[in-house]
Amino acid sequence: MSATPVLQVRGLKKHFPVTKGFLWKKVVGWVQAVDGVDFSIRQGKTLAIVGESGCGKTTTAKLVLCLEQPSAGEVLADGKNVHALAGDALRDYRTTVQAVFQDPWSSLNPRMRVRDIVAEPLVVNRKFPEREIEERVEDAMSRVGLRRQQANLYPHEFSGGQRQRIAVASALVSKPKLIILDEPVSALDVSIRAQIMNLLVDLQQQYDVSYLLIAHHLATTRYMANEVAVMYLGKIVEKAPTRELFGNPLHPYTKALFSAALPSHPDITHEEIILKGEVPSPINPPSGCRFHPRCPFAKAECSVAVPIEKEMAAGHVVACHLYS
Amino acid sequence: MARQIGEVILEVEDLHTYCFTRFGTVKAVDGVSFNLRQGEALAIVGESGSGKTMTALSLLQLQPRPAARIVKGSIRLEGEDLLQKTEEQMREIRGKRISMILQDPQTSLNPVFTVGNQLIEAIRNHHAGETGRSLVRRAIEGLKQVRVAAPERRVEDYPHQISGGMKQRVVGAIAISCEPKVIIADEPTTSLDVTIQAQYLRLLREIQEETNLALIFITHDFGIVAKMCDRVVVMYAGRHVESGPVRDIFNHPSHPYTQALLRSVPSMDEDVKRLYSIEGQPPALWDLPSGCRFAARCEYAQERCSSEYPPSFTVGLNGSTHSASCWRLREST
Repeated sequence: MSATPVLQVRGLKKHFPVTKGFLWKKVVGWVQAVDGVDFSIRQGKTLAIVGESGCGKTTTAKLVLCLEQPSAGEVLADGKNVHALAGDALRDYRTTVQAVFQDPWSSLNPRMRVRDIVAEPLVVNRKFPEREIEERVEDAMSRVGLRRQQANLYPHEFSGGQRQRIAVASALVSKPKLIILDEPVSALDVSIRAQIMNLLVDLQQQYDVSYLLIAHHLATTRYMANEVAVMYLGKIVEKAPTRELFGNPLHPYTKALFSAALPSHPDITHEEIILKGEVPSPINPPSGCRFHPRCPFAKAECSVAVPIEKEMAAGHVVACHLYS
Repeated sequence: MARQIGEVILEVEDLHTYCFTRFGTVKAVDGVSFNLRQGEALAIVGESGSGKTMTALSLLQLQPRPAARIVKGSIRLEGEDLLQKTEEQMREIRGKRISMILQDPQTSLNPVFTVGNQLIEAIRNHHAGETGRSLVRRAIEGLKQVRVAAPERRVEDYPHQISGGMKQRVVGAIAISCEPKVIIADEPTTSLDVTIQAQYLRLLREIQEETNLALIFITHDFGIVAKMCDRVVVMYAGRHVESGPVRDIFNHPSHPYTQALLRSVPSMDEDVKRLYSIEGQPPALWDLPSGCRFAARCEYAQERCSSEYPPSFTVGLNGSTHSASCWRLREST
């Protein structure tokens, strides 16, 4: 496995305008959904982004998929800024980056047969001959454990786990370098989750594909990811290799997230850090460190200065005044 | 005040709730028994379609009628048989003696009434004769009890003005407003964020300690079971397959389904090389096998398993309350 990143994200920002008025629209504020995010994903590896709803993890995924234009910063694939791509180059990029979404009930078109759903990424690219499309679809379906005869069925004829397999097959068919997994198992039943997680891990080894895993369930990320980034209100507050992060979480928010996670045995008790209040609105995020109003260790400078990222151990970066 | 586990207040025996549809009979609940003591937290664990929600609805006789009917079994609340009650008598029981917290606060609150209004609706039931100001005061009290900040202002808010975590607190306040003996919480935190979930679970624990009520958690998450519950009932395809004290279930899971479920959940506390995965899917509830329902997915299945449903065997020493329905246990005892 090479160490070259398949994707690099630098200083990525996405601010959505908040408007008022009907004909004469006035911008009255900005939702700072993603506000300066850096990361890179190496080939064949998995980076997980964890955080609560509203922290900007899905917006980050949309920016990587070119479904949104960034307000600032860039997403680089093979050294090229993907948001500057157009025409054929953009279509090529889209075959190399695919996505699997959370809810297989709404992410698959109910009017299309499985065969056509799986083939879609190749069809829209307009450069594959029909013969090859057919072969690739068959191959992708067998890799995810679907039978050949099932190609003619419609999505409603499948259970949740099977549908997620269809979504995975469709993501794989164009042999992408990166697949974005947006909460791939949280809509599934407990006994089915392990099947899909194992499938994703196996496919990663077979295809040497990278994953950007978006999740809020910490145990899932521990099982699947090589590296984890914790996001809070549009910023990455801590990033580290999985084992390092779970062994030695540093940022108070990461610690609180870990302590809020449910134990796997009644005799395991995590230190209880219950955060005050809820995530503030990203329209007017708190000054300084965005976590300071809820942080049990907040100092005077936390409300004034934005903490700078600091590398505490190999690859373990944290943005917190406690460590600077 | 610490919790005290007291007398049995709710006994469910051999409950069967079937849905009669034009496609056939769906055996949603097909033989569930458990009992619940005062001050206790009981978990009913299962996947979707295992009948756990239908069990909860049956306790209150809120199963979707006319399609769903309780065809067999008994439900006793403090010795009274609830299945003999008339609809009018049931209305007196719902909310006052057994109340329920539903999964999604978004849909369980009415969007066109204020939070205060909806709380008062429940309180009025309990404090007949009181009007106006004093009811509002009680509503504010109720919100305080679930740790809502600035309750005087919140009573005037509509559900869309408050956050998801706050809404679920309001639902909680409505549930405890009539001082019930039993609260059924049906996946109360699945729609909440992790840190908000932690807040809410702690709140439920505190309320339970203050009022010593009995809680039934309906969940699919063994994490909630490990954190909150004293005893567990594991359901599969409409029947309970294993039940017992929480530590016994985690340390010595005895039904292959429970074992497999526990092994298939990734852990936050240790590295797992490869997850165990249960192949296949649960059987369709309108076409159940005559034997053990898990047999088709079970790695220990024998001939007998697919023909005869196993009775419940006690696990461990005599007098233990841990039991499981699996033929393998007969050989070991």
